[in-house]
Amino acid sequence: MRFITDLINGLRIAFGALRSNKLRAGLTTLGIVIGVMTVIMMVVIVMGLNRALKSQLDFLGAETVFVSRWDWQSNNWRDMIKRRDMELEYIDALRDESSEIEAISPFFDTQMNVSYRGAEMSRINVQGVSEEFFITNPKELAEGRQFTSSEVRRNVPVTVIGQEVASQLFPDQSALGKELKIGGWSFEVIGVTSKYGKVFGQSWDNFCIIPYGIFEKRFAGQNFDGLTIVAKGRGEDRVDDLTWEVTGIMRRLRHLDPRQANDFGINTQSAILDQFNQMTAGVYAGGIIIGFISLIVGGIGIMNIMLVSVTERTAEIGLRKALGAKRWNIAWQFLIESAAICAIGGIAGVALAAGVSQAINSFLPTDMPAWVVGVGVLFSAVVGIFFGLYPSLKAAQLSPIEALRSE
Amino acid sequence: MSSERRAIIDIQEMRKVYDLGAVKVEALCGVSVTILENDYVAIMGPSGSGKSTLMNLIGCLDTPTTGEYILAGERVAHLSDRQLAEIRNRRIGFVFQTFNLLPRASALQNVELPLVYAGESPSERRRRAKEALEAVGLGDRMKHKPNEMSGGQRQRVAIARALVTNPSIILADEPTGNLDSKTGEEIMQLFEKIYAQGNTIILVTHEEDIARHARRVVRLRDGLIESDHIVTRAA
Repeated sequence: MRFITDLINGLRIAFGALRSNKLRAGLTTLGIVIGVMTVIMMVVIVMGLNRALKSQLDFLGAETVFVSRWDWQSNNWRDMIKRRDMELEYIDALRDESSEIEAISPFFDTQMNVSYRGAEMSRINVQGVSEEFFITNPKELAEGRQFTSSEVRRNVPVTVIGQEVASQLFPDQSALGKELKIGGWSFEVIGVTSKYGKVFGQSWDNFCIIPYGIFEKRFAGQNFDGLTIVAKGRGEDRVDDLTWEVTGIMRRLRHLDPRQANDFGINTQSAILDQFNQMTAGVYAGGIIIGFISLIVGGIGIMNIMLVSVTERTAEIGLRKALGAKRWNIAWQFLIESAAICAIGGIAGVALAAGVSQAINSFLPTDMPAWVVGVGVLFSAVVGIFFGLYPSLKAAQLSPIEALRSE
Repeated sequence: MSSERRAIIDIQEMRKVYDLGAVKVEALCGVSVTILENDYVAIMGPSGSGKSTLMNLIGCLDTPTTGEYILAGERVAHLSDRQLAEIRNRRIGFVFQTFNLLPRASALQNVELPLVYAGESPSERRRRAKEALEAVGLGDRMKHKPNEMSGGQRQRVAIARALVTNPSIILADEPTGNLDSKTGEEIMQLFEKIYAQGNTIILVTHEEDIARHARRVVRLRDGLIESDHIVTRAA
């Protein structure tokens, strides 16, 4: 009870002193504001990026592997480009020999212009796959259906299109049954997927999925990445088994002897996530270090201004001591003042960070959890207490006679 | 002086030596003085006489090098910093030449200040501060800040602040030094009233006119008591 009264009294004195020196308090706390803002922005951006990437990779599928000549985690393009292409025959071999594969599909892709009557969209992602692709990478359909194995086998020119393609080319009508031109060739729209949204500011709803046979026939030589084989396993916990088995089968299919390294990549969501997390962890740590440095600089500023404040108020300190203030009363008063300046700076930093994160949210995904606010303000108050300690103790040590005489 | 009155201040052989490194300065060279309850004493002396040192020691702002000091029955000569703060808070009401009010606080808040350090509850503080302000005739100025008041009013606030803890002694250091003579006279009338109510007042001054209001004058010179006599009051 006594403590609460002391705290309230201390706060009142502190705010009185701050109010009478708004500009100085504001400038002093700027370092804290910037420090808190930096740290919070870092947390917000990295958390946002991680979440965005996770949602993007959810679309890849947690239990799916992507076998291609490209190793997604390597940047040794010069070697990888010399590798042999994937063969469609691998798919049957993998399906027959592996017990871990639940569904498997080829995957070709390229960019094509897509049009319907007068309307045209350029550089739309066109994907050639089998009907099993809808199992390996399930798509929610807004209307229509996916294509069948028979349509794939017979090379029927049908397509399942993304939400954005549908809304741009068929603004006021259903796309179903319409003849669409992909790279100049006609395809019948049989399905439209639900909206997926944006990832890293790019729409993930502008694609056309077509049977792979007709993709090869129409767009052979247009897919620079070659064939990717998409295989879905029997559960997230068995992805490692799947990877192991597929690697063995692939090595045999590619006739690699035991001394040779893999000349293909087996790519999984978790491997990419690991790599990305490593990268963001670096950014995270860097940002937090920068934020800390600016908090320390801010803290030194606070210490400086508190020392000035103690000197300016020597007479006041003497008076308070004459009236019965004990050392800790005085120390407490200046500590609270210092903590209050910093906490106000922390609040301003949090508010600024919230504003900036709102502003950039449209092109950079941000994610501001509630705990960040509390930690930001609390932490800056701790900085205030730490850097206010020395000036406060200095004030508390003043002799009442000296202090009174300083008038 | 009736013999029933208790001694509120009993100082025996008090010495104060300031160690300035190369030289030692003896500000008080063995001062003994007893002040009774409801006494009104003026301490006088030229500068360098030890007047200020004695006041600081009486006010428990400092401790003597040697000697004994009993304030209201308590031995305070060699107490710790913390204990001295408590004694100042409970036993002594200071009135300064320069008023020493907190500039941004209202009269009421200024008067409440000693009670804050005494740990009184806000409602109790408010009640007693109001009482004290009314007692010095400033019942209508409670919300005013020092810069909205005249010098005399400011000193009245300071006196209210000194009275609010019901201290054993009021220690006033040149209380009229910053006031014109008319206002100074008003303040002295206020001290007269406080004295009449049974308080003990110690007045430090170098003005004979002011000292004449006291009932007893102690003169210091070169760290020793030069004279100590009862004032004979002119009708």
